[in-house]
Amino acid sequence: MGVPTAITDVATTPVTRRRFMQWSAVAGGTTGVMGLGACGLQPQDEKTPEAVGDKSVWSACNVNCGSRCPLQLVVAGGQIVRVDPDNRGSNEIGDQQVRACVRGRSIRQRIYSPERLKKPLKRVGARGEGKWAEIEWDEAFTLIADKLTDLIAEHGNESIYLNYGTGVIGATVAKSWPPRATAVSRLMNCIGGYLDHYNDYSAGNIEAACDFHYGSYVTSNSNDDTRNAKLVVMFGNNPHETRMSGGGEVFVTQQAKKQSGHKVIVIDPRQSETVMNLADEWVPIRPGTDLALVAGMAHVMIEEGLQDQEFLDTYCSGFDEDHMPEGAPANSSYASYILGLGEDGVEKTPEWAASITGLPASRIRSLAREIATTKPCAINAGWGIQRHSNGESQSRAPMLLSNMIGQVGIPGGGTGAREGSASLPMAGFPVLENPVRPVISYYQWPEAIVNGKGWTYKDGVRDLKDLNSNANVTNDVTLNSNIKFIWNYGSNALVNQHGDINKTIKLLSDESLVEMIVVIDTTMSVSARYADIVLPDASTAEQVDLSNQGSAGNMGYAIFTEKAIEPLYESMPVYEQLTGIAEKLGVKDKFTEGRTQDDWVRWLLEESRKNVPDLPAYDEFREMGVFRKKLDPVIALKDFRDDPVANPLGTPSGKIEIWSSNLHKMSLDWNYDDDQWIDPLPIYRRTRELHGDPLQAKYPIQVIGHHFKQRTHSSYGNSPWLKEAHPQRVWINTLDADKRGIKEGDLTRVYNDFGELRLPAYVTNRILPGVSSVPQGAWYTPEKPGGVDVGGSVNTLTSHQTTAYAKGNGQHSALVQIERA
Amino acid sequence: MEYKQLGFYFDQTLCTGCKACSIACKDKHDLPVGVNWRRVPEYSGGSWLVDESTDTATNTVFTYYTSISCNHCEDPICATVCPTQAMHKGANGIVSVDPDICIGCRYCEMACPYGAPQFNPDKGVMTKCNFCADRIEVGGTPACVASCPSRALDFGEIEDLRARYGDQASIAPLPDASVTQPNLVVTPHAMAEPSGSRNGHIANLEDI
Repeated sequence: MGVPTAITDVATTPVTRRRFMQWSAVAGGTTGVMGLGACGLQPQDEKTPEAVGDKSVWSACNVNCGSRCPLQLVVAGGQIVRVDPDNRGSNEIGDQQVRACVRGRSIRQRIYSPERLKKPLKRVGARGEGKWAEIEWDEAFTLIADKLTDLIAEHGNESIYLNYGTGVIGATVAKSWPPRATAVSRLMNCIGGYLDHYNDYSAGNIEAACDFHYGSYVTSNSNDDTRNAKLVVMFGNNPHETRMSGGGEVFVTQQAKKQSGHKVIVIDPRQSETVMNLADEWVPIRPGTDLALVAGMAHVMIEEGLQDQEFLDTYCSGFDEDHMPEGAPANSSYASYILGLGEDGVEKTPEWAASITGLPASRIRSLAREIATTKPCAINAGWGIQRHSNGESQSRAPMLLSNMIGQVGIPGGGTGAREGSASLPMAGFPVLENPVRPVISYYQWPEAIVNGKGWTYKDGVRDLKDLNSNANVTNDVTLNSNIKFIWNYGSNALVNQHGDINKTIKLLSDESLVEMIVVIDTTMSVSARYADIVLPDASTAEQVDLSNQGSAGNMGYAIFTEKAIEPLYESMPVYEQLTGIAEKLGVKDKFTEGRTQDDWVRWLLEESRKNVPDLPAYDEFREMGVFRKKLDPVIALKDFRDDPVANPLGTPSGKIEIWSSNLHKMSLDWNYDDDQWIDPLPIYRRTRELHGDPLQAKYPIQVIGHHFKQRTHSSYGNSPWLKEAHPQRVWINTLDADKRGIKEGDLTRVYNDFGELRLPAYVTNRILPGVSSVPQGAWYTPEKPGGVDVGGSVNTLTSHQTTAYAKGNGQHSALVQIERA
Repeated sequence: MEYKQLGFYFDQTLCTGCKACSIACKDKHDLPVGVNWRRVPEYSGGSWLVDESTDTATNTVFTYYTSISCNHCEDPICATVCPTQAMHKGANGIVSVDPDICIGCRYCEMACPYGAPQFNPDKGVMTKCNFCADRIEVGGTPACVASCPSRALDFGEIEDLRARYGDQASIAPLPDASVTQPNLVVTPHAMAEPSGSRNGHIANLEDI
């Protein structure tokens, strides 16, 4: 068993500020870097890095950024001594070398983290108190199997919840997402199933809303296809930080722009790296107001006759009064809303939009004219714009804009949704059938712990038989139990990534509610602190598997991930863990079908080869590491565009429903809060904690939690190298900082009624005045239980409230005050 | 492999500031926190104008990054100020420090306008980019160049680099190239400012 060398975290050691690159430094600048320890990784002879006995094996970085990077792990003496990048492929789109980003390059610090879990742990103090006893694997298996058996007997299988988790994503056997396709799901399906969830923290609002707009979830065109565009408009899309792989969307967007010379406009409250690096123009608007911007532009287009009326008449329903479905109230079309003929009687002029978005009316006018007259125009969106309290409608704003200019289903165009990508049809791990029909939204589990019993479709319960939103406007399933058991595998959504951490931990601390929480992870994560049983997982580098590709334009690829080293300490691959539990439950044979993990990998590879015939067999693939195949670009909804009669959408009308008849029905029937709306049209509503909320008298600053280069969500959040390279700070505009006497680097209090952070300030003009950002995913670190969070997790400040009908997360809608600490 | 004078090329228009280059370097050379042979300063300037009558704002804000290690200068001031001759220019034009001679006085660190020499407190001596000399020897590619997700970095004989990419290296926040004659070529970002500009500032002093 490998004994890892400890890595000292010295990132928090005060470092004298370097007078970097200033000639004046010669004249006496102090440039000391004090008190630093060694990085702790094995020293190498720099002259002979490829020493005798070294071997290089293929592995991958399996975290949830949307990219997927192969890594070559150089192993000597049973330890990983270096990480090398992909060195095959080319610099051509469709065959590109997949160079890992800053995170994957630091994976040794993730594998050899001092916070790696060493043995199974059983909680011995109160839940969350941090008192543990090390136990043997056999005892852990028995405790879990016995509790499952008891709870299923008393409350039924729907009391057992499998939580969302993306800490291990991309792999095939040892993967945590999507939860229903994991080995945990397979185990539960061997014993009668479990309570599943629909949609996810990334995109839950668009996933629900898109069903009503386009009939099902759709992407936009793939980014390689922007080579056919004259103009690319991105709403809050930031691939240069979120999908940073050098084989993914950073590479594809840069090369596509280089080759075509198209113009890029990015709409974002923050001058993101995509704005800085890719955009020709930055359009900063307040968070949660994309709908108002689109409405202001729609006013210009309608007034000047710039919309593609033929497209709207042929492919859409609900744009104007002449194209409404039967039964729709009078004056409820989008055009009526814009022209002030709808219920609110307000004309949505650029001036109206300016006061909401913060963007001058003249700029809204010029933008509308440019977008309407520069074609092909590729409109796409990141998922940040829909992670708001008005997130469902927000997600539809870019779709509506693309509909108005008729750019759906054509090369160089787009649907207004997130970029698509081509992919290989690799086989998935078979998980058997889950007989439990009620399914809750991914964001409802805390409420389902207390109040889930008796929920129906009106509360957002869907039927597993068909999870599409249109199929669950009504249904006949009821949730018959509160959640009593939580499986939390490769997930920090139990605490760190869910809203309102202080509320969540209070809920979890009540041991009479959820009776058992099992966390499977490599590391003592924030969520693991609240477990009853913690099972130490082996990392990707410690087991054999197949890794599926990430978003990479039109390139299909797959990665063979070899076992580079033995599992550290007494950690165990998740498949073996679950085999042990299956044995205690008497279903080992059903669970394993007699296969080891390596047997499954071989079987899955052969299954994949049926779909991808040129995919090499086991030994050749293991040597090759990365299999690449150039595929066709994604032109989303091309069939519908080519022939809308033969290829209708899954909406009731078969058309793009700008006015959704199903949403209209739900608005009359469903349960939602008094400060929420279910709108058939994608119209702007100032919902919870947006600009203009009276709460701003107390908490004036809008705070978002952008995806940060240091981490993928919370993964890599404990790497000393990455914490040094990209430290956690609160972004605050220079004008806001000046008003508060805050200077660069000052420690600040960032707080609201939910909680308080203590973070250094990053005083910058790269964000709109009145807006701040606390990069999401930092590890919640309270000074004392329920106290000030010095780790700086944005979710200390965000809400549990679900959105009106997606029942999703609106975590970017948050208001705070910031002052010097 | 032998080269005349090696240099780096950096395409500022492609750099996202991700620091994969910096971490690839740390991984290759096992560098601790605080020792950064390759650094990526963020340079930002411009301002906001708020119109309170319409509740709107406009800006002139610009930002770009510069990935910089040692430029293995023609006139390496680090070597000039070194009292022991530990710092020297050697094979392939690579500037390196001999740890057996270095006394850790840190004059080179103070002299270098690029922040290239980095004191390692555990070893008590200066350390710095050695151009991955072990890889250069066998015809390989430096770790930073091989790592860049955007393909913003390249290396080669400086004469070739200048023939291919031009001879610009005087971009803020870097000093004017006349100071040490760096073997560096930069393709500037669209918003790049010349060396000595006061229109922006280094925005990440803490993390370079």
